[in-house]
Amino acid sequence: MYQYILKRVLLTIPTLLGAAALVFLLMRLIPGDICLVRLGGGGGSFDPKALAACHAEIGVDRPVIVQFLEFIWGIVRFDFGTSMWSGKPVTTEIVARLPISLEIALLATAVAISIAIPLGTISALKQNTWIDVAVRIFAIGGIATPSFWLGIVSILLVLDVSNAITGTPWMPPIDYVPIWKDPIRNLSMAVLPAITVGYRYAAVSMRMTRSAMLEVMREDYVRTARAKGLTNKLIVNRHALKNALLPVVTLLGIEFAFLIGGLVVTEQVFNLNGVGRLFVQAVQNQDYTLTQALVMLTVAVFVFTNLIVDLLYGWLDPRIRFS
Amino acid sequence: MSTTTITTLADDAPDPRRSAWQTIQRFCTREPLGTFGLVLVVIMAVTGFSAELIAPYNPTANDFAAMTEAPSWEHLLGTDQFGRDLMSRIIFGARTALIVGLTSAIVGGFSGLVLGVGSAYFGGRIDLIVQRVSDVVMAFPLIIMALAVVAIFGPGVQNVIFAITIPLIPRCSRVVRASALTIREMPYVDAARACGFGHTRIILRHMIPNVMAPFLIMVTSFVGQAILAEASLSYLGLGVQEPVPAWGLMLQGGAEEYASTAPWIAIFPGVAIMLAVLGINLFGDAMRDALDPKLRER
Repeated sequence: MYQYILKRVLLTIPTLLGAAALVFLLMRLIPGDICLVRLGGGGGSFDPKALAACHAEIGVDRPVIVQFLEFIWGIVRFDFGTSMWSGKPVTTEIVARLPISLEIALLATAVAISIAIPLGTISALKQNTWIDVAVRIFAIGGIATPSFWLGIVSILLVLDVSNAITGTPWMPPIDYVPIWKDPIRNLSMAVLPAITVGYRYAAVSMRMTRSAMLEVMREDYVRTARAKGLTNKLIVNRHALKNALLPVVTLLGIEFAFLIGGLVVTEQVFNLNGVGRLFVQAVQNQDYTLTQALVMLTVAVFVFTNLIVDLLYGWLDPRIRFS
Repeated sequence: MSTTTITTLADDAPDPRRSAWQTIQRFCTREPLGTFGLVLVVIMAVTGFSAELIAPYNPTANDFAAMTEAPSWEHLLGTDQFGRDLMSRIIFGARTALIVGLTSAIVGGFSGLVLGVGSAYFGGRIDLIVQRVSDVVMAFPLIIMALAVVAIFGPGVQNVIFAITIPLIPRCSRVVRASALTIREMPYVDAARACGFGHTRIILRHMIPNVMAPFLIMVTSFVGQAILAEASLSYLGLGVQEPVPAWGLMLQGGAEEYASTAPWIAIFPGVAIMLAVLGINLFGDAMRDALDPKLRER
């Protein structure tokens, strides 16, 4: 088991290095000069000395290989340099926006698990009935619905319903207040985006739960349990669900990392100052120090979530642990 | 028990004497949801490609006398903040979605097919390098990778297609490689090698046709993913640019601004995206069930 863990941990290093190289390369291909933009756009006149000073300040006047090695050394020390647009340290910018995105991601995961596992199981147990068809359509609808549109429609609904009930339209707050300071305000800000992102997440997991349950319910040990006279409830809870949830755990882990992608658009809809919105702003402002740090953060979350899921999988399934 | 199994297997076996029409009829009877999906896809394709004939108005023509008009007989789905007919924009938007979706899925899929089969067939260092590069690219969520590519090349239909295609390549290559690895060990591939056939002939004649089932399923799901990615990029203002009609773009700006007074601007383009992706996914799922013998009985 220790060898397996060590091997998996070591395998993440080339992936992270490769991702760092790719991100660095991609960002250097961006046309235009951010210093020109900062000094007043391409059209106006500017002082060449100021331009050179700006290049020196953000470090683009040095050889590319030096910049790359500094970038890697910075990643190791969690120092991603300063934002080319705001001039603030990138880490400060990200840390300020991280709690909001993390909270929505965790809430969305909770929404997904609480919808996907019960519905996926019921759908498998009631295979080919109207319940199964309804759950499958609900699931496939979740995959087909763009999260930003769902966000717009949910805001519209909240506005209309609150207007109808209280006479004044209510909008969820957009500023972040920690949950321990004002739980009601915090949750009223985070619940709608979490449901919006969580629906797609739930849909993907629901399909996996159904498929895994269908497979497990045909296994010999389930047939044996039935032959022993166990009740269906006991068979499902004690034998089938535990085994069917293994692939679901993997999927939940992978999808959690991809939530960042979903947050990019959802935060835009709800005007939330999270990491996703910061990403879009960084791309629009051609701030490649910030963009490359955010891409690296996403990739690192993906790689480490995969690693944890793999290790968890090995721990949950003895067949993998001992092989 | 054994009789039932034999009957089922014989029933499911592809019959070379069955005509294309009989195959379609069989698919429609066995996969009602898939047929519904196919109908949606056909409607989208027909409207998209014959938009000039179907659309009642010019999708880019402003009419300031008819701004934010509610759905009526004159404008079936209403008008937007510039007085443009929403139905016409949605019909032309279907074309943009199809062009982006199909091109990204086909180019990404075929590049992944070549890489996946080549990687599995040659193995060794080639396989190692291709797989490690795939690992790296696959660590980027699709929208993040697309955003990074758009940041370099800028917005616009062609660049959006390119931005969406790149992350699809390793995803397809990974799935195709898994199937191709099994096929590489098959006796008929050994026999082809023993007959002295070249690599190209073995790959093209013996390996690629046998990975077509997972490949087609993958490409179908890519079309839906690409349409969603294009809509997301356009919504963020980094995809298709005005005045080209695109569903995601229609939800940007005005749709949010006028959401409470003219909700149709926000509702209909979203419904169009949802129905298109829903149709493609339902059809893809049914195709997977039809092509995968293990899933046929489920």
